[in-house]
Amino acid sequence: MRYLCLIYENEKAWETIPAAESEAIMNEYFQFTDDIRKNGKYIAGEALQPTASSTTVRVRNGKVSTTDGPFAETKEQLGGFYLIEATDLNDAIQVASRIPSARLGSIEIRPVVDFSAEQAKREQGAGATA
Amino acid sequence: MSDPVESAFRAESRRVLATLIRLLGDFDLAEEAMQEAFAVAAERWPTEGVPANPRAWLVSTGRFKAMDTLRRRARFDASLAAIAERLGDGVTPPPEVDDDSVEDDRLRLIFTCCHPALPPDGQVALTLREVCGLTTEEIARAFLSPAPTVAQRIVRAKAKIKAARIPYQVPSRADLPERLASVLQVIYLVFNEGYAASSGESLTRGGLSAEAIRLGRLLVELLPEPEAIGLLALMLLHEARRDARTTADGEIVLLEDQDRARWNREMIAEGMALVDRAIGSRGFGPYTLQAAIAAVHAGAATAADTDWIEIVGLYDVLVRAEPSPVVQLNRAAAVAMRDGPGAGLALIEDLLGRGELADYAPAHSARAELCRRLGRSVDAIRSYEGALELTRQEPQRRFLEWRLQEVRRELSPRTQ
Repeated sequence: MRYLCLIYENEKAWETIPAAESEAIMNEYFQFTDDIRKNGKYIAGEALQPTASSTTVRVRNGKVSTTDGPFAETKEQLGGFYLIEATDLNDAIQVASRIPSARLGSIEIRPVVDFSAEQAKREQGAGATA
Repeated sequence: MSDPVESAFRAESRRVLATLIRLLGDFDLAEEAMQEAFAVAAERWPTEGVPANPRAWLVSTGRFKAMDTLRRRARFDASLAAIAERLGDGVTPPPEVDDDSVEDDRLRLIFTCCHPALPPDGQVALTLREVCGLTTEEIARAFLSPAPTVAQRIVRAKAKIKAARIPYQVPSRADLPERLASVLQVIYLVFNEGYAASSGESLTRGGLSAEAIRLGRLLVELLPEPEAIGLLALMLLHEARRDARTTADGEIVLLEDQDRARWNREMIAEGMALVDRAIGSRGFGPYTLQAAIAAVHAGAATAADTDWIEIVGLYDVLVRAEPSPVVQLNRAAAVAMRDGPGAGLALIEDLLGRGELADYAPAHSARAELCRRLGRSVDAIRSYEGALELTRQEPQRRFLEWRLQEVRRELSPRTQ
């Protein structure tokens, strides 16, 4: 089953961490990503550029509105994610707890909706009429 | 008539349910299956006789019933067909219906219902429903919540277990400390709700405390970890004082004024033995320490005989294990007994000065009491008033108002 691990942390804190420490954390990230690639749990993962680069888009009544920044001002901001394959929530928690930012911020773990059954039906339907 | 079935229900229904939850992977399906199994028992046992292993028979019957149900529903819902298929052909018996796995099943159930990913009120409601077998109405009444609210909590908890795929497992050794803490918290919450009801007319609701103790016993039986033993000891030592805690009219009797002849000596003996057992092993923690403190009180023949030096010593350790303001407050009260009201008051005023416990009634009533003993009547009055504003329970309010009147009388004896 797939889980999305959303990495939340205080962006400003990163600005104050000394270079040696931030390098150590990055190395931990590389090692962690390596490990979960090897054990087959990694599906995808990215670090995100800071919220200063963020844009929020909404469409209401057919009108597109674009605003600067993330949609919510919070103490911790979304900094990255990992999409993982895990057997159950406990397994996902195990993986997420090893994300370095789990120590500095928080990781939200959300199960991914499985649309494969609907997808299969659609493809079947498409095949029949093709 | 259906007597053997009734006694089987009383003795086995919880364990049968726990095993069916494991075999079927679904709370509601398992509950239906269990009820149908007992219905079949009620039909057949009077004529065919009680089976040699009633529990195994009930689990087996429940499982067959569930598969029938699933196959019927699978005609309308393909995902259920997958479950039915996984359950097997219905002819070969399930491999794990022996005694060992039944014990684990109840433990699995407790840990699943108390998973930290579930909201705390969901953990409590689900545990009382699935592990203790209370009805939604009984839980609602016990917590003075509307029944639909409790029902929703249970539904949401079950839905989250499914959606997030919380596995039905006893945690690994590595995860055990954190997960056990969650279970103990639920049990203690239930006990506290029964011990000192948070609002309303009656001071205690005995049924919940008994349920919590029953849960505590089950946990110790299945998983004799030091803190589980410590919690059971703590609950027993508190419960032993139930009859002495209130007057016949439901008024509060303070610990120092209680008739110790009304304390339940058997519970105290059991509690003390459990404290020894927990302290003797490594890895005991806050619950065990609190139980040890309760044991010192229980061991004093009269209030005057209480070994406050020992109690403060235990609080010194407890404060390191659990440095919460409430623990510090309780330590301050003990220090007042050991070193005099001034010493205790200084600690409490320090706590309140730091902004801690501003909304915690016992902090204000403790301050009031110590001010009163020091003759600082004006401060005592202010603190009793503060405590009253924060107290909703009727017997507590009456006690505080009575104290308030006493202090006012001391302040101006002529003008009542």
